[in-house]
Amino acid sequence: MINSSLHQLGSALRAGKISSVELTQLYLDRIAELNPALNAYVTIKAETSLDQARRADTLLAGGKAQPLTGIPVAQKDIFCAKGWRTTCGSKMLENFIAPYDAHVITQFNNAGAVNLGKTNMDEFAMGSSNETSHFGTVKNPWDRNAVPGGSSGGAACAVAARLCAAATGTDTGGSIRQPAALCGISGIKPTYGTVSRYGMIAFASSLDQAGPMARSAEDLALLLNVMTGFDERDSTSLKRDKEDYARELNKPLAGLRIGLPREFFAEGLAQDVAGCVNAAIGEYKKLGATIVDISLPNSRLAVPVYYVLAPAEASSNLSRYDGVRYGYRAPEYGDLTEMYERSRAQGFGEEVKRRIMIGTYVLSHGYYDAYYLQAQKIRRLIAQDFDDAFRLCDVIMGPTSPSTAFNLGEKGDDPVQMYLSDIYTIAVNLAGLPGMSVPAGFGSNGRPVGLQIIGNYFAEAQMLNVAHQYQLATDHHDHTPQNIGL
Amino acid sequence: MSLTNADVRKVASLARLGMTETEIESAREQLSGIFDLIAEMQAVDTNGITPMSHAQDVTQRLREDVVTEGDQRELFQSLAPQYKGSPQVEAGLYLVPQVIE
Amino acid sequence: MIHKTIVRAPEWEIVIGLEVHTQLSTSSKIFSGASTTYGAEPNTQADAVSIALPGVLPVLNKGAVERAIKFGLAVGAHIAPRSVFARKNYFYPDLPKGYQISQFDLPVVGQGVLTILVEPLSGNAKPYEKVVRITRAHLEEDAGKSVHGESQGLTGVDLNRAGTPLLEIVSEPDMSSAAEAVAYAKTLHSLVRWIGICDGNMQEGSFRCDVNVSVRRPGGPLGTRREIKNLNSFKFMQQAIDYEVQWQIDTLENGGKIHQATVLFDADKGTTHAMRSKEEAHDYRYFPDPDLLPLEISEEWKEQVRATLPELPEAKRNRYVKDFGLSSYDAGILTASREVADFFEAALNPPQSPLVRGEASSSPDKGRPGGVEAKLCANWLIGEVSAQLNRDGLEMQQSPVTPQQLGGMLKRIADGTISNAAAKEVFRTMWAEGGDADSIIEAKGLKQVSDSGAIEAIVDEIIAANADKVAEYRSGKDKLFGFFVGLAMKASNGKANPAQLNDILKKKLAG
Repeated sequence: MINSSLHQLGSALRAGKISSVELTQLYLDRIAELNPALNAYVTIKAETSLDQARRADTLLAGGKAQPLTGIPVAQKDIFCAKGWRTTCGSKMLENFIAPYDAHVITQFNNAGAVNLGKTNMDEFAMGSSNETSHFGTVKNPWDRNAVPGGSSGGAACAVAARLCAAATGTDTGGSIRQPAALCGISGIKPTYGTVSRYGMIAFASSLDQAGPMARSAEDLALLLNVMTGFDERDSTSLKRDKEDYARELNKPLAGLRIGLPREFFAEGLAQDVAGCVNAAIGEYKKLGATIVDISLPNSRLAVPVYYVLAPAEASSNLSRYDGVRYGYRAPEYGDLTEMYERSRAQGFGEEVKRRIMIGTYVLSHGYYDAYYLQAQKIRRLIAQDFDDAFRLCDVIMGPTSPSTAFNLGEKGDDPVQMYLSDIYTIAVNLAGLPGMSVPAGFGSNGRPVGLQIIGNYFAEAQMLNVAHQYQLATDHHDHTPQNIGL
Repeated sequence: MSLTNADVRKVASLARLGMTETEIESAREQLSGIFDLIAEMQAVDTNGITPMSHAQDVTQRLREDVVTEGDQRELFQSLAPQYKGSPQVEAGLYLVPQVIE
Repeated sequence: MIHKTIVRAPEWEIVIGLEVHTQLSTSSKIFSGASTTYGAEPNTQADAVSIALPGVLPVLNKGAVERAIKFGLAVGAHIAPRSVFARKNYFYPDLPKGYQISQFDLPVVGQGVLTILVEPLSGNAKPYEKVVRITRAHLEEDAGKSVHGESQGLTGVDLNRAGTPLLEIVSEPDMSSAAEAVAYAKTLHSLVRWIGICDGNMQEGSFRCDVNVSVRRPGGPLGTRREIKNLNSFKFMQQAIDYEVQWQIDTLENGGKIHQATVLFDADKGTTHAMRSKEEAHDYRYFPDPDLLPLEISEEWKEQVRATLPELPEAKRNRYVKDFGLSSYDAGILTASREVADFFEAALNPPQSPLVRGEASSSPDKGRPGGVEAKLCANWLIGEVSAQLNRDGLEMQQSPVTPQQLGGMLKRIADGTISNAAAKEVFRTMWAEGGDADSIIEAKGLKQVSDSGAIEAIVDEIIAANADKVAEYRSGKDKLFGFFVGLAMKASNGKANPAQLNDILKKKLAG
């Protein structure tokens, strides 16, 4: 049961082979056993989840089930869920009980899914290793000395360790794809504007995008069907016809043009990762795809541009955490300024404060044009590179991350090294394109490698087709870590 | 690029982040490293390029002028931070140290 | 009070510009569906967006944009086809997000103009017109309110007002006296109410003025300005500017320097003083709000809004001069507020709708070009009606005499039924007791005598009884004419039609 696809689980639930309560309890038991070591979840509310499961069982019994009814899904702790503590990985919100539901949560509730718990994450989604969480590091289930990636590290760990049927993540610069790659699972960040940001705690508003994390492309399609859709409460939510992301899963790939950007295979890419990605490309050739050599000349600038724009937006987005209306307030202070400065200094972790400072600096008087405006101009150049590339190919492929999961603490002291681990994922967010990562084997240290697939705007169904056909032909995504009680 | 401690102090003050001199010193080192990384982008000729603020070239949607939200004060103020053991709300107001004008 | 003793050195020039925050009269907030009603219990209208809960997002209110367009069209400004919302970042307890959503580089309303009528405060100077340039007007959200003194050492924060839509209207520094600044503010105040975008309630903060003041030597470079914040009455504005100007002149003449500052006006002392908390150099770190997309206003939408605009005060004033033969000054008074203009037009045309648009001015029943009635009506409104309103402390719309009542009475003056003197009595009765003109005239027997036979009889009697005076008159003492009129009026109990009486007297005296 624990290794079944969402489709299989849904069938089993609808056929009455298992109840949602039983399935939920099964995962809760696994969480109780494994979470103390892995730390994938920060909040579990077993009774609330089981109540939801009971309601799902009623729907199932009444023949009113939808594809995800009764399925336990882990929610990244960045989504406000009414009555649930919602921390965003921060001491600032350690005791914050969300008074409303994010759009994503509403969508899952309406689909009859069970909220299994809130997953650990880098504080305010700022990090690539999950080490910036106030609630402790998450372990990579493949090797507990390794990071799970970030910021959706808890979600990736939970999916890989079979502590949920599927999970949600968010991706501002690679936060779904990179942990998916490092934990050997599948994850997709859809086109910006496809999933409503309402109730998703903001990091960098113009880049943040939610998406599903699961074990296969097929599962991702079902999840995306639930998560996407127009929401009038988010001004950047796009009004589009509802689509079935599973509709193209079984299309043959003959004639598919795959673009390989030179820049993604240059210096800085680990040999073992390159090996796995090249093997995957080989597999695609066997499936009838043709390979096109492309260039994304400005992609080298994606990291610097991102580290101007994302902190700038974040510095402003995080100003609301001032200890006045909710959240952390310092225990001791004199005047108002001291209350602000101490509450924020004590409530935020080091990485968050660092990014607030970068952002404040680049927006401040005299620097705006040289940093912020310049970065926005290069952002356009980066987006144009992709436009040009998609004239030559249907999808772009490359590594998700330059290396397999690094060791816990390995990059802790060097923010620049940490930032460079997102070198292949960031450009996609800047352009607003959809991107995904699927398992493509294992590196020399036995840790997973991810293949990144980038599509044109709104090409999610095509990308899922491309990923699904690969997963039919290979079994990388079916591997499970040792020591997870299976 | 090298930042000075004064730069860091000013930024920390604008962002209302209380920092000790030791923290300022270490932040200065790390931020300088990050700005070295960022500096790479400054050499690029971007003359005539329109800045890109949004991923999609769409325009603002408008909501009708209708009141849709009711009074949720009790729920929202149950979230108010505590100070010396008591929630910082009184008579429906959020409380802060006195603001001097 | 100090402002009364001002001695303005002629070698100084005063430069004044205004920034006016008008609360737009929408039902809901600019970026959320919370109510904007004034005076609710603290924080009961502070929804998730108003208190900036994590994860909430702004969506722009169409009603706020519509009102901004209306204003732009009313001052002949360019309406930006594309404008952008930006974040203005600073920390303050009444600013829950830590930034205010405003417009910076690309405001919705561009340059426009406002014609003002200035009434100098002193001496025999005559009222004059001046055109003040409007730099821009932009949409933004209001902040909450800080309540002081509830508890010792604490400030209470009420976020009901946070997110109320504001249109900030910025003028060029075109004004050169307190009188001009006040005239500009009053004209603007009247205009925003006129076009229905703001209730104009200054006590409730719906219309708040920041005044930038500097002084300089004529022809010299501009002086450093100080900004007087949050003036919520025209009287205070006048006093604050007078004090501030004198203070700046005194400071400079004593060898001091003016430092840029934000100052507050203390109404009790009649003085201005620099704010303590805002002295820190501001660095607002404006950048385009990534949660909001560019606002597009199509030509089509603009024209739809234009079609809903009432005839504007300036157009109305010109029309009153041209069609009714009113003086520019009288027309200005009648168009100083929508209520007065509406009253005026309703009194002219009792059965007609009070909101007559400019294009309709050629309709046959309207205007009475060169007619007596409009002038008469104007005189009554500016004279008797406004005097009574002042005496009773009432606004135009609270007048106990309706336009229909007044119009009915004016008709009786025009058709000779009553004299002006009798009309005053009719009016006083209507004001105090109600009732229409005709029944009051009837009840009080105020109808004037227009029967020429009856008047001739009176005149004959007088001539017969005053042969000596008649002889004097006929020998050239014209001034005695008034004496005869007086006698005749007295004899008719004041009811003789004066025009008729004049004619008959003249004829008979001439022999």
